[in-house]
Amino acid sequence: MKTLGIIVVLLFGSLLIYCTLDFPPWGDPQAPASMHVSPRYIERTMQETSVPNIVTAVLADYRGYDTMFETVVIFTAGVACFFLLRIFGRIESESRMYRHIPTGITLRISKDAEPPRESREFERIDLAWVPYDVVVKTSCRIIVPFCQLFALYVIAHGHHSPGGGFQGGVILGASVILFAISNNMRLSFTRISEKMAVLLCGLGVLIYAVTGALGTLLGSNYLDYGALSRLFGVDPVTARSLGILFVEIGVGITVMAVIITLYYNLASAGRHDEGL
Amino acid sequence: MIWQIELVVLLIVIICGIGAITVKDLLGAAILFGAYSFMMCLLWAIMGAVDVAFTEASVGAGVSTVLFVATVFRTSRRTKD
Repeated sequence: MKTLGIIVVLLFGSLLIYCTLDFPPWGDPQAPASMHVSPRYIERTMQETSVPNIVTAVLADYRGYDTMFETVVIFTAGVACFFLLRIFGRIESESRMYRHIPTGITLRISKDAEPPRESREFERIDLAWVPYDVVVKTSCRIIVPFCQLFALYVIAHGHHSPGGGFQGGVILGASVILFAISNNMRLSFTRISEKMAVLLCGLGVLIYAVTGALGTLLGSNYLDYGALSRLFGVDPVTARSLGILFVEIGVGITVMAVIITLYYNLASAGRHDEGL
Repeated sequence: MIWQIELVVLLIVIICGIGAITVKDLLGAAILFGAYSFMMCLLWAIMGAVDVAFTEASVGAGVSTVLFVATVFRTSRRTKD
């Protein structure tokens, strides 16, 4: 069975490689894509949308439907992970671990005993005992704000440089994951709760869809941002640039929230008490 | 582009790809997959697709490796059934 599998894989692999020989060479100026499709966007993107980064303009404006349903796919992935992994109802573990901060002594307290009051002296720690590490916590506390600032820059500056909603959203999500890893998962729940993360998943898609629907309401096609010019009182070219920004913000929110939801559910195996 | 660098990167991509599916340890597979993603990111950047390279670096090499490691952390050495 195993040799049969290898034979099938090799057969189809070589067939695929053989088929790629029919492709035009990389960067061939005579290829159909370089003859008809690319020049249209390269020559007219700047005057139609005033967005210097053509990739962003094609992604969010000319191929707006594509990106919208990509966002819906990401949203669906996050919601599916939530429904598959989340265990509803609290499962109390056998015991809890506390650390006495001034002395560094670790306490294990059984489920029925009364836990120490959460104060400056005691902090609850994960069952997989983690040493108190001031270096990791402090350096992550310094890194996280810059990480988030860079993510906002990537989203807002996607018109002019590589980047945009997807990349910026991932970096925003990664900063929250860094916070959750360097402290613990319970503390990150107080910053972005599970309910808020799931709500933000839907909010991003909603922002995208509403931006598209505004075009319809103002008497143009769905996802035609040029129609927003009457709403903002600018010319249609600037309105298309603004529309791309709104859409990118929606994508960024969804991607960030989905990344956080995935991390919360995967790292705590759906119990949402403690994780990596 | 310098073809020697491209060749080295392509070789590392293939080695990491084969290593990720053959290695027994799950954590090792996750790390190798992260290395594979990072080399793919370099390849995208060499080919001039900077947006794709950016996405590959943040999603492939960054967050998905973290998600894999977080999931491996929840698995046990032996199966329960």
